[in-house]
Amino acid sequence: MTDCVFRIGGEGGEGVISTGELLTLTLARSGYEIYTFRTYPAEIKGGHANYQVRASDTLLLSQGAWVDVLVPFNEEAYQKHIKDLRKGGVLIYDSDSVTPPNTDGCIAYPVPMTSLATEKIGVKLTKNIVALGVFSGLFDIPFEKFEELLKERFGRKGEAVVNKNLQALKVGFDYIKSQPKRDTIRMGGGPRQIKELVLSGNESLALGAIASGLKLYAGYPITPATDIMEFLAKELPKIGGFVVQTEDEISALGTVLGASYAGSKAMTATSGPGFSLMVEMLGLAVMSETPAVVVDVQRVGPSTGMPTKTEQGDLYLAVYGGHGSSPRVVMALTSVEDCFYGIMRAFNIAEQFQMPVVVLSDQYLGHRKATVPAPDPSKVPVIERRTPTPDELGPDFKRYLLTPEGVSPMSIPGTEGGYYVAEGLEHTEIGYPAASNYENHVRMTQKRYKKFYAIEALSNELTRQYGVEQPEIGVIGWGSSEGVIREAVQMAVEQGYSVGAMHPKILYPLPLVRLTKFIVGAKAVIIPELNYTGQFATLLRKRFAKDFVQLNKATGLPFTPQDIFDKIEEVATNVRRGSGSRTHAASV
Amino acid sequence: MSAEAVAPELTPQAYKTDEHPIWCPGCGDFGVLSSLYQSLAGLQIPPKDLVVVSGIGCSGRTPGFVRSYGFHVLHGRVLPVALGVKLANPKLTVIGVGGDGDGFAIGGGHIPHAARRNLDIAYLVMDNSTYGLTKGQYSPTAPKGFQAGSTPYGNIEKPLNPLAMLIAYGATFVARGYSGKPKELTELIKKAIDHKGFAFIDIISPCITFYNTYKVIPPRLAEVPADHDASDRAKAFELSLKEDRMYLGVFYQVQEPTFEDGVAEVKSRAQASSRPRLEEIFAEFS
Repeated sequence: MTDCVFRIGGEGGEGVISTGELLTLTLARSGYEIYTFRTYPAEIKGGHANYQVRASDTLLLSQGAWVDVLVPFNEEAYQKHIKDLRKGGVLIYDSDSVTPPNTDGCIAYPVPMTSLATEKIGVKLTKNIVALGVFSGLFDIPFEKFEELLKERFGRKGEAVVNKNLQALKVGFDYIKSQPKRDTIRMGGGPRQIKELVLSGNESLALGAIASGLKLYAGYPITPATDIMEFLAKELPKIGGFVVQTEDEISALGTVLGASYAGSKAMTATSGPGFSLMVEMLGLAVMSETPAVVVDVQRVGPSTGMPTKTEQGDLYLAVYGGHGSSPRVVMALTSVEDCFYGIMRAFNIAEQFQMPVVVLSDQYLGHRKATVPAPDPSKVPVIERRTPTPDELGPDFKRYLLTPEGVSPMSIPGTEGGYYVAEGLEHTEIGYPAASNYENHVRMTQKRYKKFYAIEALSNELTRQYGVEQPEIGVIGWGSSEGVIREAVQMAVEQGYSVGAMHPKILYPLPLVRLTKFIVGAKAVIIPELNYTGQFATLLRKRFAKDFVQLNKATGLPFTPQDIFDKIEEVATNVRRGSGSRTHAASV
Repeated sequence: MSAEAVAPELTPQAYKTDEHPIWCPGCGDFGVLSSLYQSLAGLQIPPKDLVVVSGIGCSGRTPGFVRSYGFHVLHGRVLPVALGVKLANPKLTVIGVGGDGDGFAIGGGHIPHAARRNLDIAYLVMDNSTYGLTKGQYSPTAPKGFQAGSTPYGNIEKPLNPLAMLIAYGATFVARGYSGKPKELTELIKKAIDHKGFAFIDIISPCITFYNTYKVIPPRLAEVPADHDASDRAKAFELSLKEDRMYLGVFYQVQEPTFEDGVAEVKSRAQASSRPRLEEIFAEFS
């Protein structure tokens, strides 16, 4: 079995990210399953960046907890990452910039990348392409796949540029071929079908939005959500849609609500700071019953926080943000593939129930690339909002008609006889303000919550389970940790633990039926979250009198399977001693 | 904006709803509403294609009194919502209404961007220099020395100049009207709706309860001079800075490409290199 983790590190602007991306695509085209992880500096130029590519011939669930091949472009990268290189792993370093004190315990290949690039090609910047040539020569990664990709990438810049890059690739290849191979890694080709795509979470999400019929995107640039806007700015006008960059995030969601009111599917995407600004508009969407999709690609907060690092810290805001009793749906995306189908479901829920849907992603998921089967939009049939029937139209048209299911007919401007005012004030069935009518307010609040409670069935349906179905030790995770948890649970089950994981895709409303069965049967339940206080655990404690075991990591980095596995082992030991259900204090 | 050619059957009455305005008797907003009905009838705007977007404040209740589509949004957020409505369906006639607090204070950050985009909407600000709904605090257009609940010792801020501001921001139609001159106001609103691009009218609409200016305003009023060249931005700016009189009429009007024109251009540029099907977009990532 092939399962290899590459990590390339260096100065931002030194080609670390592009090396990682080119390696990713080449390995994917060579038939491997891919799972990437990247961190990059908050600075525009400079600062440390690294790109990790895990490639395997079987399903990958996490970025991996080790490094097989470490490629430091400079001394800082070496110092930062050498501790993660597994024993016996491969170290390929730029011997012009890095001088390892010793290379015991690893197989080291010093390559003078900078001087090869400067002397043989005359362009220092081609150093990263030299590195790619080295990978090809050393690990048998098909040379022609790299060539093909470089031609595609640099074709627009002219033949001279393409040739320089191809030369650099060859220089690296030849250099390493002149050295004896001392490791055993070979990546000549994997079993994967080339029909698959290589997408980041953000790209997958943007494609899913297009598949849902998105017509208008309004947003304000913010890391790590901006690439959704940029992707759509390029693609949406081709199919008759448009992207508008608004003056702030309040305006972004306001524009989305205006467009949705006027009949277009609309969305915005942001990160924590922008989502904080959108909260007032979320309330307007609830009150005026206007469908809207709001994506929050979470980063470390509070305030400006750590913009390029990952966290699951916006759950409270998503669930509770805003004044008054304001039901909204909160979903959490779990994988690159799920970004596509998840956003399609978000549009469906927003349209069907005429309310805002908050979709939580995060930097880890939004920016990582994975091989996914070409998405099939027909798996999630598109649902449109309920518009009035001809007999409902007329002078007495009731936009906010009280119905058993809470959903009312929504007329679209341009429709004769469907006149109404979408109201932010409490209002009657015809949409006229009723700010002093107490009974009406109760009826209307119940109406809005009826829609919310109806979504619980879907929430149960969209909850996934892994490992032992009714385990002694349960793990309930959310969002982008799904693969990592699944991998840890697999490890634990293989070692004989009675462990199972539950992973809801809709967090609000909670999938109570599924959760109840799972939680009641377990001796201990672990809630792993990438935040300091345990926001999801708090949400669960409101409904379940269980001493949940929190596993909180708030470093700005994602979980590794080992993090989760260690906690499972620890809890299993406690359970055997009879003290399994103790609530652990949050730890960093 | 251009009205569709329909049989001239829509009277001002046709735009009235059954709801009676909640405003204080004598409120300037009654005059504005009446002129709005007259303008809509004058232009024969089909109610089904009309959307009135309003903010929060006394004037924010306007959509409820106009038989058409409406969106009563949040305080200060008229323009973002209007942008979305217009982008979703450029055929609609979109009129934004709100007060001076709604537009120039809490919503002030949206005005420059709506103006420079030149979105084809009319934005009517009913300017009474006070926050009537919260009982008369000073607004951004209140004069220095204005005494009220939040400024018991007098307002120490100088008022902003909405016309100068809008001309500077790049609005393509900038005018001032007065609720007490309904005929002239009707003509102005008609021109604003008809104007292709972002049309702004600062409508002086006195608050009879908290800041009654019915006696002080009329003597200061004057028509925009007949020889004023409204296509000259510098001249318009100069006129907007004059404090001797309160000029009524069109200060500035030019024809420039609208935001919608730009959107259409972007779409045609994108479609020139088109791969309009999802599967074809997928191909880029394989």
